Amino acid sequence: MTRRLLAVLALALAVAAPAAASEQNPTLPELERELICPTCHETLAASSSPIADRMRAFIRARISAGDTKSEIKGKLVDQFGESVLAAPPKSGFNLLAWVLPLAGIVLAAGVVGFLAYRWSRNRKAEEPGPSANGRFSLDPELERRLDEELARYDT
Amino acid sequence: MPGRVRIALQAAAVLVVALLIALLGWKVLNPEEAPDAGRTAPGFTLPHLNTDEQVSLASFRGKAVVLNFWASWCGPCKDEAPLLESAWNRYKDKGVVVLGVDAQDFDVDAQRFVDRAGITYPIVRDKHGSTLGHYGVTGFPETWFIDAQGRIVGEHVAGPLTEGDLERNIRIALGEPA
Repeated sequence: MTRRLLAVLALALAVAAPAAASEQNPTLPELERELICPTCHETLAASSSPIADRMRAFIRARISAGDTKSEIKGKLVDQFGESVLAAPPKSGFNLLAWVLPLAGIVLAAGVVGFLAYRWSRNRKAEEPGPSANGRFSLDPELERRLDEELARYDT
Repeated sequence: MPGRVRIALQAAAVLVVALLIALLGWKVLNPEEAPDAGRTAPGFTLPHLNTDEQVSLASFRGKAVVLNFWASWCGPCKDEAPLLESAWNRYKDKGVVVLGVDAQDFDVDAQRFVDRAGITYPIVRDKHGSTLGHYGVTGFPETWFIDAQGRIVGEHVAGPLTEGDLERNIRIALGEPA
């Protein structure tokens, strides 16, 4: 149990450490992927528009000044609005954009699970059970046809 | 599956499809395109570039408005700024307002542009680009002319203005023969 707990903690640290480093020391390429050019609505990484060039220059200057990733994004949101973010912030109404897909997946999994359970239960109910001698009995029509076929071989 | 569950799922599916159709219909009926001449100009209230004072288009009712959308990184905007400034100086005492809307820009860049071009007509900042959709702006510069009753008049000039464009459309906005 303790080993498992330690493994989970180690995994959490392995994931959290790069995220914290990225927040404190952001790079231009990662911010280019997380920000949208307001004129062409592509990521900065994919845009060569004049305002995208200007935004890259701004980001370089803010990285040199020691701003964190959140601070740089906050300053760009102040200038261009939240539409400049490639992913909506995880707060307020925008939280719905994160929660709804997960809720949809959970709901869909629940519906599929429920339907699969019902289907398998119905199938079990329809399947013939073993007869008194412990053997499964055939459908009477199938049994009749089988007898006919066997009778043909016998003759 | 029980009948009630099946009906509930079918009703949910129909509701989702109906919502998607309603959304499609709304987008078709409310396209983000240039308003026609004769229609009331879409209203807005935006902060002044220098003072943060709120400026509304409605506050200019009773005057002809030259509404110019621009950004500091736009080359043709630099070329037409002296024409707009000149028109502002000639017509401001004759019931005409030149109103610049700066969008998709940095505050500091917009201010530098205004200082370098010696612009004295009012400039508002549309940080979120909310007016662009209402006016169907697809690039910079774009200019609209609005009469004293707040209606779109004359030509919608998509691209740099000429002296002739300005004179002709200001006269139309003032209700004078072009």
